[in-house]
Order: sequence, then structure tokens, then C-alpha cells
Amino acid sequence: MAATEPFHSPNRPLALYALGFTLFLYAPILFIPLFSFNSGLYARFPLQDFTLAWYAELWTRGPVFAALQNSLQVGLTVAVISTVLAVPAAKALARYRIPGKGPILGFMLLPLVVPGLIFGVALLVLVSRLGIPLSLWTVGLGHIIICLPFAISILLPRFEGANRSLEEASADLGENAWWTFWRVTFPTILPGVMASLLLTFTVSFDEFIIAFFLSGTDPTLPMYIWNQLRFPQSFPSLLALSTLILVVSFGLVLASLRLARLNRDLPGRKTS
Amino acid sequence: MTPFDSDLRPAPAGRPSLAVGLRNRVHRSEALRGYLLLSPALAVLGVAIIAPLILLIVMSTWSMSGFDMLMTPGLGNYAIIASDPIYAALLGRSLKIAAIATAATVLLSYPVAYFVAFHVHRHKMLWLILLTLPFWTSYLMRIFAWRVVLGYEGVINSALMSLGLIEAPMQVFLYSQTAVTIALAHAWAAFAILPIYVSLEKIDKSYLEAAADLGDNAARRFWRITLPLSLPGVVAAFFLMFIPTVGDYVTAAMLGGPDGMMVGNLIQAQFGPINDWPMGAALALVMTLAVAVAGLAFLLLTRMIRR
Repeated sequence: MAATEPFHSPNRPLALYALGFTLFLYAPILFIPLFSFNSGLYARFPLQDFTLAWYAELWTRGPVFAALQNSLQVGLTVAVISTVLAVPAAKALARYRIPGKGPILGFMLLPLVVPGLIFGVALLVLVSRLGIPLSLWTVGLGHIIICLPFAISILLPRFEGANRSLEEASADLGENAWWTFWRVTFPTILPGVMASLLLTFTVSFDEFIIAFFLSGTDPTLPMYIWNQLRFPQSFPSLLALSTLILVVSFGLVLASLRLARLNRDLPGRKTS
Repeated sequence: MTPFDSDLRPAPAGRPSLAVGLRNRVHRSEALRGYLLLSPALAVLGVAIIAPLILLIVMSTWSMSGFDMLMTPGLGNYAIIASDPIYAALLGRSLKIAAIATAATVLLSYPVAYFVAFHVHRHKMLWLILLTLPFWTSYLMRIFAWRVVLGYEGVINSALMSLGLIEAPMQVFLYSQTAVTIALAHAWAAFAILPIYVSLEKIDKSYLEAAADLGDNAARRFWRITLPLSLPGVVAAFFLMFIPTVGDYVTAAMLGGPDGMMVGNLIQAQFGPINDWPMGAALALVMTLAVAVAGLAFLLLTRMIRR
């Protein structure tokens, strides 16, 4: 196919491959909702009758709600704290000429690649040596470490991409730095802030490895699931619980996309 | 994209020809302001990363006597790790599983990232969301899903039996290194796709046009332009996935069985049932060191290939 546009020509095998890859990504996860509506105790074929019993059973489990509340509490706190910490840090890294910028950024992004296990045990050692009891606070502290890099890597491009001449214009017109930030910079980075809040919340909400070491007597939702996996009779209701978490996570991500779209044109509109 | 996309391009930054002296004077306070903005985040990370790591290093030199921790420093734990072959074997197995899973994921993800970067035009965002959506679900849940699929009476076995293809459940799936490798490769795919996609997306299309004008065919354009320019993304993908997977213990605990145990499981056990924290600390540090060495070797290798 001698094309006038050689790099944009459709490539059917590649498209098929990408489709197959995507199917493979989803296949295992989709069995969770499938079997959550199956009346059998075991997740196996052939499927038995359709049932909502496992969801009903979930409703009667008090500890599930307690765990959900714990996870929400930790997730929201961690999302806000790590985003609030990340905004000035990302601004400094994107805008200011700072000696040692590379190493600082590297250090801040380090938790992305260091195994969670290391942070888990290291924090456990510190906290126990200091005599601090394990609680949702220690889990939250662990989560902030791993959420900060996500927040910074989302916000950094926002600051780098934002139009600096608008800020300069604002400064020239007599706004001080504080108001320039709130009226010019902040609207530009708002989609990034929203995305950061959402992403860090989701990371914390789903996090298990660090929570495993730093949880006290109050389990987060993933900890609850882990603890319940030992009991075969609770397996189907775990499938139901997992299905609900899947739906919520998917909904959150799609909502965040909507938000990002809505906010995208905002700064342009305001100035016109 | 934002209406300011043009500003993303590396503008021909004004060389400090004008007012160098003034800029130098401002520079000092600018750096100071920058550090000030960075300080909250750095303080938190310092407390939560540096302090615990230092303590971990110190603790690795302690030892256990019964239920008591002896705080006299020594290298006993490291001597045990060096002399008992089980530690090296476990570490080697972890590195192997992580390397295979990472290599498979990077290789299999590259064409997908390429497809989205070059062949998708109108629904790029949709594809990216589709590819990353599964990773917004709990890590634990994705491993859990594999247990449902691979289990002794799981999806594969029971489906094959329902179809009459096998008489009894096959034991090859669950509780093996293969199961761990598959689950790890699957669980981390988004980490591989995104950096590769970003590096492909960044490639200046005019290079490809120039190469085409000069007579390079598609294959040559790929080998001489696209692949080398996307290599940073590939390297990033490798690190983003390899390092955390070496230290993984959840996947191995849920899918590995005794044969699929990784070094992470042993570390976790030292802090749990075995209750030998100093040994756990030493093992965690040895693992970190091994990952760093393996990563460095990989980096040098890619440098050599690129040359």
C-alpha cells in the first residue's frame, strides 16, 4: 500500500492485536462479577442459578461497612494531603531554577519504583521503635509516601504546560503572587489537581501491601478481603464486594475524565 | 490538549545574553523560594522514607535471642544470608520471575502502545482509558481474579471439564511459578504501556516524514527512528515494573504455593510469624541491593546497545 500518508494508514493486524490485548486485560477481572451472581458456593463452571443472595449477605456484614469507612477516611485524607503537598512542590520543580533539581525530583519519585514491602517494613520498624501504636494514621502515613509521586507526576506537566505569559500579564497588571496563583495559575492546573485527588484516592483506597504492615485493629477494605479469603464460605460475598468496588472504581475514573474535559477550556474562556 | 500546547515545545530559550548580572542576583532568591515550596513535601518524605530506612539499616545489624532483640551491632544476619544457599536461591528466583514477567509485559505492550500512539486518531483518550481502567481496581483484586481463573476448580479447569476436554482438574495452573509470572505480567501492564506510549507520542513526526521522503520504508523508519526514540520509554517501563515486582509478596502468597515463594514472602514472614525483625531488615536491604545491581546492569546493557 503505497500511501500518501504512510504513518497514518490503518493497520488491521495491529488493531486486532490491540483488541485482543485489551480483552486479555479484562478477562480475569470480568469473572468476578460473573460468579458473584452465581448461586454456587464455588467459582466454577457450569454456572448455576442467577442470584442476588451474595449481595444481600454482604449487606448484613457489619465489618464490611466498618472497613469501607476506614478506607474512605484514609483515602480522602491521603488524597488531600498528598495533593496539597504536591502542588507547591510541582510548581517549584517546574518553574524555579533550583540547584539539585534532578536529584530532588528523583528522590520524590523514588517510591514509584521502590517495592512497597520496603516502605512497609521500614515504617513498621520506625513506628514500633517510637512506640506509636499501629492505626489508620500509620496506614495513611505509608500511603502518603506512595501517593506523593503520583500527585507530582500528574501536576508537573500541568505547570510546565501552563501559559506563563498569562501569569506575567497578571503580575504586570498589579496582582500579587498569591492572587495570581489563585486567579490565573490555579484554574489552569485545576484539572491536574482534580486528577491528582482522584488518582491518589484510588491508589490509597486499593493499597494493600503497606496497609498489611501498618494496619492496627481497624482494617481497610483490602485488608478485610485478605483476612476473609481464609474462609471458603465467605468467598461468594467477597466476589460481590469486589464487584461493587470494581463498579465504583470505574465510575470514579470516568467521572474524573468528565471533570478534566469540562475544565479544559476554562482558563481560555475566563480571559476572553 | 490545552490551548497553550504550543508553549510545550522547547522554545528557543533566550540565552542569558541580556542582563546576566540581574538574573544572577535574582537567581539566589529564586532558588530559595523554590526550596521553600518544596520543603513541606521533602520534610514529609524525609520523615517517612529516610528515617525509617536508616533505622532499617541499623536494625539489620542487630540480632534476636529468643524473643528479645539484642541491640549489639554485628554482621551476623548478613553472614547467614551469604552462607545459607536458600537465600541466594530465593533471591535468584525472585529476580528471574520479575525479569520474565517484565520482559513479557514490555514486549507484549509495545505494539499496543505503538498502535494507540500512531494509528488511533479520534479515540485516543478512550483507548488509553480502556487500557488503564483495569489498573484502577485493587491490586489484591486482580490477583484474586487470577485465583478464580487458575484455581484447581477454577474457570479454566472447570470449563475444560464441562466441555469434556479433560477428565480431572489439571494441577499445572495454580500454585506454580508460572501462575505468579502470568499474574504479575497481567497486573503491571499499565505501568509498561503508559511510559512507552508517552515516549512514542513525543516523537516528532517530521523525522518520520523526512525519512520517508528520503526513501526509507516503514520497517527502516521503525528501526532507525521510532524504536531508538522510544527506548527511554521502554527503559522506564522496565524499571517501573521490574523493581516493584521483585519485592512482591502478595501474588506469590496467593498464587505461588511453596514452589512459587519469593524473597518478599520470606521478608514478610520475618516480620510476621518468624518474628526475627533484624533478619527481615537485613533481607530487605539485600533485596534492595540486588535490585539496584540488576537495574544498573540493565541500564548499562541498554547504553551499550544504543551505542
